[in-house]
Amino acid sequence: MRNRLKVLRAERDWTQAQLAVELEVSRQTVNAIEKGKFDPSLPLAFKAARLFGLAIEEIFLADSAD
Amino acid sequence: MNNPNTETSTWAANITKNTIQLAWWTAAWLVTMALAKFGPLYIWESSKLLTGLAILINLAVGLGMIMANKRYLQGLDEMQQKIQLNAMALSLGVGLVAGLAYANLAILVPFQASVSHVIIMMALIYLAGMFAGIRKYQ
Repeated sequence: MRNRLKVLRAERDWTQAQLAVELEVSRQTVNAIEKGKFDPSLPLAFKAARLFGLAIEEIFLADSAD
Repeated sequence: MNNPNTETSTWAANITKNTIQLAWWTAAWLVTMALAKFGPLYIWESSKLLTGLAILINLAVGLGMIMANKRYLQGLDEMQQKIQLNAMALSLGVGLVAGLAYANLAILVPFQASVSHVIIMMALIYLAGMFAGIRKYQ
C-alpha cells in the first residue's frame, strides 16, 4: 500500500515527530508508514484522514497488486 | 488543523510512565527472586516458614511484574506491538523447540541440564528478534 503522508506532512511543514504526536504513535512508526514499510490499521488510517481533513483513499492508495 | 507545535504527548508520557513502572517491577521481582533463592542459604538458613514466605512474596511481585508488562505492551503503538509480538513468538517458539531438544540431549549425553540455560537463550533470541524488527521498519 502506498500513501501520501510524507507529501501532506511536508505541505503543512510538520515534522515526523509533530505528526507522531497528533497520531499518538512513535516517530519511528510515522517514518515506517511514510516509507511504505508498515501499513497502518484502519483506526489509525481514519485518524490520519481526520487530521488532514481528507478521505482515507486520498491518503492511502492500494498497490495495483493489492 | 493548526500546526502542531508540541513534541511530546500524553501517549508518549504514558509510554515513559509504563516503561519506568515495568523497570521497577522487574527490579523488585529480581530482588525477591534472589531473596527466595539465597535467603535459605545465607540469611535465615533452614526456616521453612521464611522460605515459604519469600516464595509467596516473589510470586506476588511476579504477578505485579506481569501486569506491568501487560500495561506496557498495551500502551505501545501498533507497529511497536507488532515488533514485540514477532520477537516474543520467535523467543517462545525457539524456546519450546530448542528447550525440549536440550532436555532430550541430557538423556543422550550426560550433563546437568538447567532451566536457566533455556531462559537465557530465550532472552537472547527475544533481543535478536527485537533488533531484527526495529531494523526491518527503519
